[in-house]
Amino acid sequence: MIPMIRSVALGLVAGLGIGTALAASNASRDGILTGYAAQARAENPSFAGFSADRGRALYLGPHTGGKPETNACAACHTADPKREGRHAITGRAIKPMAVSVNPARFTDDADVEKRFSRDCPNVLGRACTAQEKGDFITFLAGQ
Amino acid sequence: MRLPAVTLAILAAITTTAAFANEMERVTPIAHAATQKECGECHMAFQPQLLPAASWGRIMDDLATHFGDNASLDPQAVVDIRAYLTSNAGRLGDGRLTRITEQRWWTREHDFRAHIWSRPDVRSKSNCTACHRDADKGLYEDN
Repeated sequence: MIPMIRSVALGLVAGLGIGTALAASNASRDGILTGYAAQARAENPSFAGFSADRGRALYLGPHTGGKPETNACAACHTADPKREGRHAITGRAIKPMAVSVNPARFTDDADVEKRFSRDCPNVLGRACTAQEKGDFITFLAGQ
Repeated sequence: MRLPAVTLAILAAITTTAAFANEMERVTPIAHAATQKECGECHMAFQPQLLPAASWGRIMDDLATHFGDNASLDPQAVVDIRAYLTSNAGRLGDGRLTRITEQRWWTREHDFRAHIWSRPDVRSKSNCTACHRDADKGLYEDN
């Protein structure tokens, strides 16, 4: 019932031409977040939802434990996630992380997991928790 | 005219290397979606002809420590990409070397002073498109 109401509401909003405010909502991304929420609850019974503020702190760092040249997500993706990033070694351009300028972000679960599995060890020196992954996506979905 | 055997051998080696470099100025563009996507995420996806099959095999054997980065992929992607790269690999080159930029034909064509590589628009020897604008289409004959 709730999804139906939501899709009707989204349809109305889009029909009125003011859909941009809700552009960050996407069924695939919502599904990925739901999955991480279930994992976060399993990892930590006191899990109480994702936080964009914690996601921002994770994104900006700086952190210790990873590689010195990648001590934050922002080291490659820049402090402004709406901007294009640059690979630390190769200089290859990286598309913006902010969903508002790159709506394809966080819509392919295999890609999302692949990136976390590679980048978290580079930045933190360990894997990310499900809560960190959800916080990170929540922050960037609002950017 | 009679030339000593050693001179002939040197001439033959020079001619072979020159012909080989020539052969690399125009290679077949990548026609495999997974190779383009996965390899192209962190650097330009290098065309299979730029390395011999043995080199590609070594690279695909050890993606977890891929030139200082973790480039791990799911096992099926590894199988598919390995098959594409090795079956379309170059005819020549040193199969013990995994870096294109250490192959004899490459170093011969890129004998520049060191400061070229640290230019902000170059940064890395793997950044072919900095100078070869159509490198991602397999065209390297412009410089």
